[in-house]
Amino acid sequence: MSPLAQELLAAVVKCVAIFAMLLTLFAVMTFIERRILAFMQFRLGPNRTGPFGVLQPAADGIKLFFKEELMPADADKWLFFAAPAVAIAAAFMAVAVVPYGPPFTLFGREWQLQIADLNVGILYIFAITSLGVYGLVLAGWAANNKYSLLGGLRSSAQMFSYELSLGLSWVGLIMCAGSFRINDIVNHQQGMFWHWNMFQHPVAFLVYFVAATAEVSRIPFDLPEGESELVAGFHTEYSSMKFALIQMAEYVNLISVAVLATHLFLGGWHPGIPGLPSVGPLGFVWFVLKVAFLLFVFIWLRGTLPRFRYDQLMDFGWKVLIPVVTLNVLVTGALVLAGILR
Amino acid sequence: MTIDAVLFYVLAVVVIASALVVVGQRNPVYSAFALVVTFCALSAIYGLLGSPFIAVLQIVVYAGAIMVLFLFVLMLLNVRREEGPKRGKSMRVAAGVLALAFVAEVGYVVTIAERGSGSATFDASTKPMAELLFSPHFAYTFLATSVLIVAALVGAVVLAKKDEA
Amino acid sequence: MIPINHALLLSALLFAIGALGVFLRRNVITVFMCVELMLNAVNLSFVAFSRSLGTLDAQILVFFVMTVAAAEAAVGLAIILALQRHKDTLDVDAFNVMKW
Repeated sequence: MSPLAQELLAAVVKCVAIFAMLLTLFAVMTFIERRILAFMQFRLGPNRTGPFGVLQPAADGIKLFFKEELMPADADKWLFFAAPAVAIAAAFMAVAVVPYGPPFTLFGREWQLQIADLNVGILYIFAITSLGVYGLVLAGWAANNKYSLLGGLRSSAQMFSYELSLGLSWVGLIMCAGSFRINDIVNHQQGMFWHWNMFQHPVAFLVYFVAATAEVSRIPFDLPEGESELVAGFHTEYSSMKFALIQMAEYVNLISVAVLATHLFLGGWHPGIPGLPSVGPLGFVWFVLKVAFLLFVFIWLRGTLPRFRYDQLMDFGWKVLIPVVTLNVLVTGALVLAGILR
Repeated sequence: MTIDAVLFYVLAVVVIASALVVVGQRNPVYSAFALVVTFCALSAIYGLLGSPFIAVLQIVVYAGAIMVLFLFVLMLLNVRREEGPKRGKSMRVAAGVLALAFVAEVGYVVTIAERGSGSATFDASTKPMAELLFSPHFAYTFLATSVLIVAALVGAVVLAKKDEA
Repeated sequence: MIPINHALLLSALLFAIGALGVFLRRNVITVFMCVELMLNAVNLSFVAFSRSLGTLDAQILVFFVMTVAAAEAAVGLAIILALQRHKDTLDVDAFNVMKW
C-alpha cells in the first residue's frame, strides 16, 4: 500500500476507535458517577440491572430511545434540531487533536496515537471550546420557553466567562515548553513526577481546574441546569434522543477537559518515575489511569460541594480568577526570563 | 488540481452561500448563525493560505466572542419576529448594479497581475508572528490597541447600563 | 496550492455582498453583521497578499483589525441596546432625527 493510502486508513481507524472509546466512556461514566455518588451519600445506587447494575447504561439508552420526541409548537424547528448536533460536534472536535499515548513503531513505521498533530494544538482546543457555547445558546433559544432562554443565556455567559481564565492558565506552560504542540508540552514533563506541570505551575493548575469545572457546568458551577432552580435550564424542552445527545456532549466535554488536564499538568503518558515502562500501549495505560483519577475527583466534587449562586459565580470568574491568572502569567514570564523556571 | 485547491473552492462556495444567507434571511438569528458558518469557513481558508495563527484567532475572536455577543443582544431584545417591509424595487436594483460594478472593477484590477500561489517558503507560525508583533515596529500599535480595548470595555458598560432614575 | 487571485476575487465578492446587506437591510443588528462581513473580506485580502508577498506585516495588521472589530462590536451593540430602550424599535429608518 502506498504511504498515502496507509495514512488515510490509519486516520479512519483512529477516528473510529476514538469515537467508539469516547461513546463507551460516556456510557460507563453515567453508571460510575451514579454509583460513586450513591456510595458517597450512603446509599447503593443502581444495582439491579445486570450484575452489580452494569447494564444500567444500556437500560438508560433503550429507555431514551423509545421515549416520545416532543417539540414545542412555537419552537424554531431548524434550531431545535441543530442545537444538540452543534453541541456534540464541538465536544468531539476538541478531542481530535489530543494524543492518547506516545508514538510507537510497528511494521517498520512510526505511528501516532493522535488523529491530527497540529502545530497550534493548544490554540485549536481553545478555539473549539469557544465554539462549544453555541450548543447551549441555540438550545436555550430554540425552545421558545422562558426557562430555557434564561438557562441558555446563563449557561453561555458562565461558559465564556471562565474560558478566558482557562486559556490564560495555559500560557505559563506554553512559555516553559516553548511550543503550542501538545506532544511538546507532554514531553517537557518527562522525568521524575515533580517535573509535572502540576507541581511546577501550581497556581495555573488550580485555576485550570476551577475554570474547567465551570466550563463543563459541573457542580459547584451547575446553576444553569440547576435542577431545583430553573426546571432543567436550557434543555427543559428536549426529550429522548436529543436530550441524550446533549448529555453526551456534556460528558464528552468533561472527558476532554480531564484528558487535557492530564496532558498539560499531569505529564500525559509519562509515569512519574523514569524507570517504569511507558512505550506505546503501556503509555496509554498510564494516561488512562490519570484520566480516571481526574474524573473521580470531578465526581467527588459533585458529591461534596453545594452550588454557587449565579452572581457569586460570575463575580468569582471575573473578579478573582482573571486577576489571579494574569498575575500568574506575569510571574511565570519573569521566572522564565530569569532562568529559574525551565 | 491539488487537494488544497479543491478544498479552497468548496470553502469559497460555502462562504458565498452563507454570506448570501446573512444578507437575505429575514430572521436575524438565522443571519447570525449563517455568519458564524461564514467565519468558520473563512478560518479554514486562512489555514489553507498557510496562516494557522490567524485561522485560530478568527475562530476565537470572531466566531467565539463577537458572534456570541451578537446572539446575546439578539436574544435579550427577543428579536424573533421578522423586520419591516423590504426596500423598494429601485433601491434594490441600484444596490445590485453597484455591487456588480464593484466586483467587476476590483476583480479586473486584481487579476491583471499574475500572482501564482504565493511564496513557497512562507513561515507564518506563531513564533515569527510574535517576534514581529512585539518588535519595536508594532509595539506602539499594540499598546494603543490595549488602550482602545479598555476604552471599549468601559464605554460598553456605561452605554448599556439602565438609567437608575 | 491556492491561486492567490482567486482568493482576492473571493474577498471582493464577500465585500460586495456585505455592502449589499448594509444598503438593503432594515434591522440595525443585521446591518452591523454585514459590516462585520466587510471587515472579514478585507482580512481575507490581507492574508492573501501576505501569502503572495511572503511578508508577515499584513498578518499582524489582520490581528489588529480583529481586535478593533471586537472593540467596535462591543461598543456598537451597547449603543444599539441603548437606542432600542429609547425608541423600542430596531428599524434603521426610525433613527432619523438628531434629537434624543
